[in-house]
Amino acid sequence: MNLRKSLHSFLAGSLCLLSFTVNAELSIQITQGSDNPIPIAVVPFSLRGNGVLSEDISQIVMNDLEQVGDFSPLSRSNMLSLPSEEQEVFYRDWRILAQDYLLVGKIDITPGSQLVQVQYEFFDINREVKLAGEVLTGSVTQLRDIAHEISNVVFEQVTGTRGAFTTEIVYVVADYISPERTNFRLEKADYDGQRAQILLESVEPIMSPSWSPTGRDVAYVSFETDLPRIYIQNIATGDRQQITNYPNLNSSPEWSPDGTKLAMVLSKDGSPDIYVQDLATNQLIRVTDHPLIDTEPSWTADSRSIVFMSERTGQPQIYQIALGASSFEVERLTYDCFQCLNAKFLPDGVNLVHVRRETRQDPNYQIAVLNIETLRVITLTNTSLDESPSIAPNGSMIMYGTKFNGRGVLDAVSIDGAVRFRLPSSQGDVREPAWSPFLN
Amino acid sequence: MAKQSIQTIKMGLMAISLFALVACSSTSDTEEGGMGGEGSAGSGSSNSSARTNPGSTSGQLSQEEIRAQNALRQTVFYFDFDVAEFKPADRETLSFHARNLAANSSMRIRLEGHADERGTREYNLALGERRANSILNYLIVNGASRSQVEVVSYGEERPAQAGQSDSAYSRNRRVEVVTR
Repeated sequence: MNLRKSLHSFLAGSLCLLSFTVNAELSIQITQGSDNPIPIAVVPFSLRGNGVLSEDISQIVMNDLEQVGDFSPLSRSNMLSLPSEEQEVFYRDWRILAQDYLLVGKIDITPGSQLVQVQYEFFDINREVKLAGEVLTGSVTQLRDIAHEISNVVFEQVTGTRGAFTTEIVYVVADYISPERTNFRLEKADYDGQRAQILLESVEPIMSPSWSPTGRDVAYVSFETDLPRIYIQNIATGDRQQITNYPNLNSSPEWSPDGTKLAMVLSKDGSPDIYVQDLATNQLIRVTDHPLIDTEPSWTADSRSIVFMSERTGQPQIYQIALGASSFEVERLTYDCFQCLNAKFLPDGVNLVHVRRETRQDPNYQIAVLNIETLRVITLTNTSLDESPSIAPNGSMIMYGTKFNGRGVLDAVSIDGAVRFRLPSSQGDVREPAWSPFLN
Repeated sequence: MAKQSIQTIKMGLMAISLFALVACSSTSDTEEGGMGGEGSAGSGSSNSSARTNPGSTSGQLSQEEIRAQNALRQTVFYFDFDVAEFKPADRETLSFHARNLAANSSMRIRLEGHADERGTREYNLALGERRANSILNYLIVNGASRSQVEVVSYGEERPAQAGQSDSAYSRNRRVEVVTR
C-alpha cells in the first residue's frame, strides 16, 4: 500500500517533466555478466482488456535484472507454463528448470481510459512462498516506471539491497557539427539510457552536472557567457539561475548531501582552490588555500568534510579536509599511484572510488576503489581513458565516461567488477554521467 | 610544429634581407605589407616589406619590425604533456606580443588555455588555466597591462584535433591568443 501510494506520487511528479524527447537514445549493452547469477523466471504478464501496450513490462524487468547483473532470467521459450497469478503457479514446473525465483503478473487496461492496473506476484521457488505482490496503477505512458518499480521490489527481496531501477542519470553530449561548431547538450534519461530528454542546449561547453540530494535540481558549468560559470536548473520546470560570477575559473559544483551547500572550485584568488557556498545565505567559505591546483571536490556522507584532488606534492593525489579546519589539517588519502583523481566515497564511507593512473610509464586512466582502512586497491576497468565516475545511490554500480572506437560512451561496472554494461550513443560523444539519488 | 615554421620564416627573412642588402634594392611597401601565409616563408617574403638602406641602422630596425610581425602572427603556443609552463623557445615570440600590448593600450586579448583529453576533465580545466596564466604572467612582466588580458580555460572541451593519436594530443595542448 505504501509503495502504491509512493508510486502514485512519483508518477504524478514525472508527468510534469519537460516534454522534449530525444530520438538518439542510448541503448544498453551487457558487456560482461556475473559468473554466478541467480536464476529467475519472469513470465510474460498477461493482458486483459482491449488495446496494445507500447512497452513489454516483463521484458523491461528481465533487462533490469540482467544488466545489473546478479540475475540470469530464464528464456521465455524454455518455460513449461505461463501462469499470471498465484493459483496458476506450480512450483514443480520451476524447480525442474532449476529456477530460484518466479515473477508473474497481469495487466488490466481500464476501458475508455488511459489507466492500467498491473498486478504482480513474486515467489521463492525453493521455499514455496510468495515474497511480495501488489497492484500498481498508472497511465499507459508510465509502463516503464511501473516495470522499474517491480524490478526494485524483486532486487530488494533477493539481495536485501534497495533497487536503483527508478533512478535517472544526467550526462553531457557533444555533437561535432564542423571544426568551428560543436553542439553541447545536457540530457537526462532513465538509468538505462531510455527516455532521454534535453535539459539544456548550447554551442559553448557544458560540464560537471551534479544532482541535488532531493533530485529536484541539477547544478552544472556552462560557458554560455564565454566564461565557465555555475548554474542551477530545476529539472521539472527548466527554471535556471546563474549562481556564480567570480573572476577566472568557476567549476566542479557538488551538492552537499544535506542539500544546504554547494562545493565548487574557484581561482579568483590566484589558483584553483575548493570553496563552499551556502545556498541559503550565499556565504562563501574558502576550504583550501594552495598555489597549485586543488579541484574535484566531493562530500563525505555527513556533509562535514570534503575529499578533493590536489597536485600539491607534484602530481594529482587525493586529500580530505574538514570544513572549518585550517589548511594545514589536510589528510592525504592516496599514496601508491602516479596520479589519483576525481575521488568519492561509496555509501559505506570506507571505499573510495577514484580515477587512477598507476605509474608514469602506464598511460592508462582507470576506475579503481581504495579501501582506506585496509589500503587494498581494486581496479575495476580495463579501458584507458576512464573518467567521471558516478555511484548509483544504492552503491551497487559505478557509471563513468570512457572512449570506445574513438567515441565517448558511458560504461557501468558493478562494485565487485563482475558485471559491466555500456550505454553507447547513437550520436555524438557522451560523457560525465551523474547518477541521481533515489527519486521516490 | 608552429614553432618550427616560425623559425623557418625567420631564417627565410634573414636570407632575403641579406640578398636585398647586396642588391641595394628598395621597396615601397610599409611594414604593414602582406606576408605569405604561415609556413610559406620563401614565397611570402619575396614580396615582403624589407626596406633596406645600406650603411644605416634602419635596415636592422625593419628586420626587427618583420620579426615582430612574424611573432605576432603566431597566436597558438603548444605545451608538453602535463606541463603548465610555455616552452622556452616561445619566449622571444611572446616578448613581441607583450611589447605590442604595451604599445597599444586599447588592445584587448583573450588567452584560451586547452589540454589534451588524458586525465580528468576538471583537472584539465585547471591545467588549461595554468597554461594560459603562465603566458599571462610573462606578458605582464614584459609590459602588458593586466586589464588588457582575459584568461579562460576550456580544458579538454574544445580539442583542435579529434582522436587519440599523439599528434592530436600535441595539437590540443595549447594556449590560443585571441584578439578581441
